[in-house]
Formats: sequence, structure tokens, C-alpha cells
Amino acid sequence: MHVVVCIKQVPNTTEVKINPETNTLIRDGVESIINPFDENALEAALVLKDKTGCKVTVLTMGPPQAEAALREALSRGVDDVVLLCDRAFAGSDTWATSYAIAQAIRNLEKADLILFGKQAIDGDTAQVGPGVAEMLDLPVITYVRKLEVEGDKVKVERVFEDGYERMEVPMPAVITVLKEMNVPRMASLKGRMRAKKAEIKMLTAAAINADPEKVGLKGSPTRVVKIFSPPAKMGGMKIEGGEPQEMADVLVSKLRERKII
Amino acid sequence: MAEMNYGLTETQLEIRDMVREFAQERVKPVRAELDEKEIFPRELLNELGRMDLMGLYIPSEYGGFGAESMMDFLIAIEELSRVCIGVSVSYAANALGADPIIIGGSDEQKKKYLTPLAKGEKLAAFALTEPNAGSDAGGIQTTAVLKGDKYILNGTKQWITNGGEADIYSVLAVTNKNKGARGVSCFVLEKGMPGFSFGKKENKLGIRASATRELIFENCEVPKENLLGREGMGFIIAMKTFDVSRPGIAAQGVGLAQGALDEACSYARERIQFGRPVIANQGLQWMLADMATKVESARALVYAVARTFDSGAKDISKLSAMCKLYATDVAMSVTTDAVQVLGGYGYMREYPVEKMMRDAKILQIYEGTNQIQREVIGLSLVKEYASVK
Ligand SMILES: Cc1cc2nc3c(=O)[nH]c(=O)nc-3n(C[C@H](O)[C@H](O)[C@H](O)COP(=O)(O)OP(=O)(O)OC[C@H]3O[C@@H](n4cnc5c(N)ncnc54)[C@H](O)[C@@H]3O)c2cc1C
Ligand SMILES: Cc1cc2nc3c(=O)[nH]c(=O)nc-3n(C[C@H](O)[C@H](O)[C@H](O)COP(=O)(O)OP(=O)(O)OC[C@H]3O[C@@H](n4cnc5c(N)ncnc54)[C@H](O)[C@@H]3O)c2cc1C
Repeated sequence: MHVVVCIKQVPNTTEVKINPETNTLIRDGVESIINPFDENALEAALVLKDKTGCKVTVLTMGPPQAEAALREALSRGVDDVVLLCDRAFAGSDTWATSYAIAQAIRNLEKADLILFGKQAIDGDTAQVGPGVAEMLDLPVITYVRKLEVEGDKVKVERVFEDGYERMEVPMPAVITVLKEMNVPRMASLKGRMRAKKAEIKMLTAAAINADPEKVGLKGSPTRVVKIFSPPAKMGGMKIEGGEPQEMADVLVSKLRERKII
Repeated sequence: MAEMNYGLTETQLEIRDMVREFAQERVKPVRAELDEKEIFPRELLNELGRMDLMGLYIPSEYGGFGAESMMDFLIAIEELSRVCIGVSVSYAANALGADPIIIGGSDEQKKKYLTPLAKGEKLAAFALTEPNAGSDAGGIQTTAVLKGDKYILNGTKQWITNGGEADIYSVLAVTNKNKGARGVSCFVLEKGMPGFSFGKKENKLGIRASATRELIFENCEVPKENLLGREGMGFIIAMKTFDVSRPGIAAQGVGLAQGALDEACSYARERIQFGRPVIANQGLQWMLADMATKVESARALVYAVARTFDSGAKDISKLSAMCKLYATDVAMSVTTDAVQVLGGYGYMREYPVEKMMRDAKILQIYEGTNQIQREVIGLSLVKEYASVK
């Protein structure tokens, strides 16, 4: 089995500043870390490796400095790392990022399971995982907190605000994971020493046969108009107990009260 | 501002960084609870094992990290101690338990016992002290009598760190009453051997995360091949063990004192009285200055002893006693002053310095009280100057 984990290097702060003129993130002078949810995806892969001896490859798209995130992954015991790095990727939106990552995965040894974090703490769109699944024409399950491989299937628990689903999906599949999944391990001393000296494989746009029209700013259809925090969700109410008929009556009167119907 | 350059190797810097991170991320959030509820840090030790840190002092042919450097190990102890010495003693006591095997064990004994210790799969403890034999280690009363292919042990050991939690025990017992210290032998015992049981866990002033228990031997049967070295070598093995383990206690002192200094300085910057941070008062600055100077000089001494040992020096008893004595006295005084710097807040459980002060006291007592360290140093001076003509 081959597990690919996609990780993103992000600034170490939950309060990234935004340049009001360009509406983009200001990244200068902030320490870089592995996106926290991606740490959980990485740990999930390492747990599978401990259990089944599967191969784990970690992939990131980013500037040359993103190498540090890959060394961290190596030190924890993954088999292989790949840095997708090319000026041509600069300015990629989530579509172009997903395209480049999908293209890279096509060029790796066939992946049975592709893991992503739930979302990146800087971009926050949660689009790249599902985007890659779409481009690779694979099934995707998001917001997973528990994962088990059984034969050629993956069994998961997918979490919502008020409950969870148990699901099963045939591999190859894409899964995005939550923080509750696990506690990421710390690297071993031998792992750290090995990772320090390791050579990091870099792949360019040409190396993954990417269509130059589909990457970078040129390949990005998104235009950011405005970035803002949406208003907090109101509490809502639950109508519980009683016969369906009565509950429906309560609902209708509430809706009338608010002049919704 | 420059930091002291102790010429640490790449590996040592790596160990420092990783243990520092581990202590911050894993130990700091739980240290108060471990202390309050006296919880043995089993999970933390397991993780240190997976990080290759349980084998730092074990030779590579037995599965250790292979650097075979006292300095590597001391750095790990120091960084853990900066956050909690209840955890760091539970970690370091494994080396204390294993050192007799490293010093006096056969190749077979080393393979059997050191390999699982290096991986962190098992824990070890060292048992010398008895109710009637503390500083006077030669006064132990536990006996071991050879019967056929087994030694039969009878007696009790008191206040054994990792007692009950460890799987492997280095135990000192008398094999020949008439020979005094030369009648003492060292055995490796395993938890579960017939006639080997544990007394109650002690309720302590400090290092409450660590487990301290009594070991009870009632006609305990120990296979003959579990004797380390020959009969009568026990006392020598114990003394050589202390030579290499005392710098570890010193490293606990340095780390603990550094942790207390960190807390004192950052608190003094934030606490406002008379309209300004208390650190702006010269009276307090001088206190902090003395604390910082003591910590650095203790560190310099401990590192110098480690370096001396790592470069192959044989008899380090005096040096080892000096660094244990000095660094643990520093730890006691710096943690006490740290409580003073925090004032009433320092006395409260909400802040970590009261625990640091409670913890510090043990460092002046175990592995030989500081009076005994002075005695070791004093006797060395007597010998040294007797040979000066
Ligand atoms: C118009 C536009 C222009 C942009 N221009 C730039 C720019 O010039 N420079 C810049 O740095 N960013 C730029 N971005 C941001 C960049 O597109 C996103 O950061 C990126 O697409 C990932 O989206 P996200 O952060 O929302 O990740 P999410 O979709 O929230 O991430 C989900 C998961 O996908 C994976 N993932 C995400 N990104 C990567 C990656 N790079 N490599 C591997 N795995 C990954 C991780 O597992 C992550 O947990 C731009 C975005 C837009 C919309
Ligand atoms: C928490 C804890 C953990 C321990 N862990 C272990 C362990 O893992 N293994 C183990 O074997 N032991 C362990 N010990 C025992 C420890 O090493 C002894 O407590 C220590 O050696 C002192 O012995 P004592 O307590 O009997 O004091 P005593 O020997 O009774 O000393 C009482 C006082 O007299 C002083 N004194 C004694 N002799 C002299 C002298 N010649 N000159 C000057 N002053 C003297 C001492 O310094 C002390 O102040 C532990 C103890 C504690 C409290």
C-alpha cells in the first residue's frame, strides 16, 4: 500500500495579517510550521505504516523554504518526500494548486490513499483536498476523525457539528482529517539526524507534465474580491418531543411569527 | 547577547533542541497534575523511548544510541529538569539501575538487560538504601546465600526510585558478613521473581511524579547467573555507579535552577508595583544576577566533568562529587530565591516555582547527601596531598 500525504507550510499564527491593498496574506517575518491539521494527516499515515508497513510519501507545493516541512516529515519516519517547486506555480489559487498536486500524484508510484488536512490555517478554504480528488476522479471523504484500513477499503468516521457518520470507501481514495484524529508523534533522534542530511527531491512544473496554462496566476480563475470574517452562527433551536403533527405545528407558528412564511 | 559556547557537538545540539521541545509540549502541560496526583509519567517515558532517548547512555552494541557520551545524556536530563525533575528522575533512574550492569555485567547480561532498556520497553532501578543503611551504605543487612544454582535473598530496600514501576533491579546484598564492604555483591533482579514484592508508595514533599517504594525480599530466588561480576564486587560496582550517576543529579540541578530563573525573570518583568515592573528595582536585579551567575557556573562545572569523563578519565569520584554538590546547592538556593522573586504568588500552586522549590530539596539528599559529597571530596584531598612531597 502506498499512502501520500499532502502538507502545506504555513505561518505559525492563527492571526495572519492581510495586506489590505492586495487582499493577500503577509507572510514576512513569521516562523513557518507544518499546517496543524496536516500534522494529523501525517501521523495517521505513520500509524498505518507502523501497523501495515505501507510506504508513505509526503508532498508539498511551495517555495524552496518549504523543504523544512519535508525534513520534519522525514525525521518522523516517512519513506519519501517530494517538493513541488517552480516559479511557474507562483500565484496559484486553490484550483491551480489542486491541479499541480493532482498532476504530481499522477507522476508518483500509484497511490492507494491520499491524505490531506481538513484545511490550511492560513488560506482556510478547505478546497485543495476535494479539488485534488475531483481532478484525479477519486472518491473523497472530508472531516474524518477515525480511519481504519480493511483490505482494499477504508472505514472512517466523518464528523459534523451534531454527530458523525460511519462510512466505508474503496481505495484509492482521498481523505481529509481533523485534529481529533490523533496526537502527532515527535521525531526520534536517529530520524532527526537522518533528515538533516537527506537530499530533498524537487519537482518542477515540467517534471510533472503540468500544462503551463493551468498553473500559477495564469491558471487561477479565482479573483479575491474581499476577505472578511462571516458573522458568527446564531444558536438556533431544536423542536423535540411530541408527535410529528405537534412538532410541525410548532415549527409553522415559529416561521409565521418571524414572517418567513 | 552571546550564549556560553560549550562546544557541543551537532548531536548534542540536536538532543538539546528535541528534549527542550518535548519538555515544553509534553511535560509542561501536565507537570502540575502529575505532581498533585502523584502520577507516574509512564506515557512520557514511553514516548522518550520511541524518540531514542532512553538509550542515550547505552553502548550501541546493546541497542543504545551509540554516542556513549555522558554529555549527551546530561543534556537530555538538564532539559527535562528545566520543566520537571519528577519526570527527569524517573528518566535518569533507569541509567542508575543500568549502570551496574554496564560496569560489572558480562556480555550476556548486557545483551539481555540493556537491549530492552535502550528501547524504553523496560525500566530499571537501583537498590542500595535500607532502613538502617543510608549514608552508611556499608551497613546494609539484606543477605544473599547461595543454594545450589540460586541465591536466596532476604531483607528490605527502602526509598527505591522507580520501585514497583521498573522491570529490572540492580540490588546490593551481603554475601559474606565477615568481609564488611568486600562482602557485598550486586545482583540483577527481575520483577516477578519468586519472593520479590513491593511495599507502599511513599508520599513525598517533592518529585511526586516519581515512584519511590520499598522492595521486599522473602526467600527471593535469584538465578546464580544474575550475579554481576564476582561475589564481593558489589560495593566497588556501586561506587563506580555513583561516579557516573552523580553528574546526572548535577544536571538535574542545573536544569531545575535554569527553569526557576526563567520563571523569576519573566515574572519580574511583568509584575508592576510602585508603577513599574519589579525587575526595575536594583535590589531584585542583584538577586537575579546572582541566580543567573550561579546557574551558569554550575553548568560550566557539570559540563567540564562530563567532558573529562568522555575523554577517558578513569577515577572521577572527586570531580563527580564536586559537581553534584555544587549544582544541587545552587538548585536549592536559586529555586528558593525564585519563590522570593514571585512573592506571595510564588507560594501558590498556580505558579510553578513552589513546586520547583519543593523538588529541589531531594537533590541535596539522594545519591549521597551533600555532606557525603563533601566527605568524598575531602578524602580525595587527603589522599592527593599525602602524595605531594
Ligand atoms: C487568487 C489567489 C491567489 C493566490 N496567490 C498566492 C500567492 O501568490 N502566493 C501564495 O503563497 N498563495 C497564494 N494563494 C493562496 C493559495 O492558493 C492557497 O494557499 C492554496 O491554494 C491552498 O489553499 P488553502 O490555503 O485554502 O488550503 P486548504 O484547501 O484549506 O488546504 C487543505 C489541505 O490541502 C493540502 N494543501 C494545501 N495547500 C497545499 C500545498 N501547497 N502543498 C501540499 N498540500 C497542500 C493540505 O493537506 C491542507 O490541509 C492565492 C490564492 C488565491 C485565491
Ligand atoms: C526520594 C528519594 C529517592 C531515593 N532513591 C533511591 C534509590 O533509587 N536507590 C537507593 O538506593 N536509595 C535511594 N534513596 C536513598 C538516599 O540515597 C538516602 O536517603 C541518602 O543516601 C541518605 O541516607 P539517609 O536518608 O538514611 O540519611 P542518613 O544517612 O541517616 O543521614 C542523616 C543526616 O546525617 C548526615 N550524615 C550522615 N553521615 C554523615 C557523615 N559521615 N558526615 C556528615 N554527615 C553525615 C547526612 O548528610 C544527613 O544530613 C532515595 C531517597 C529519597 C528520599
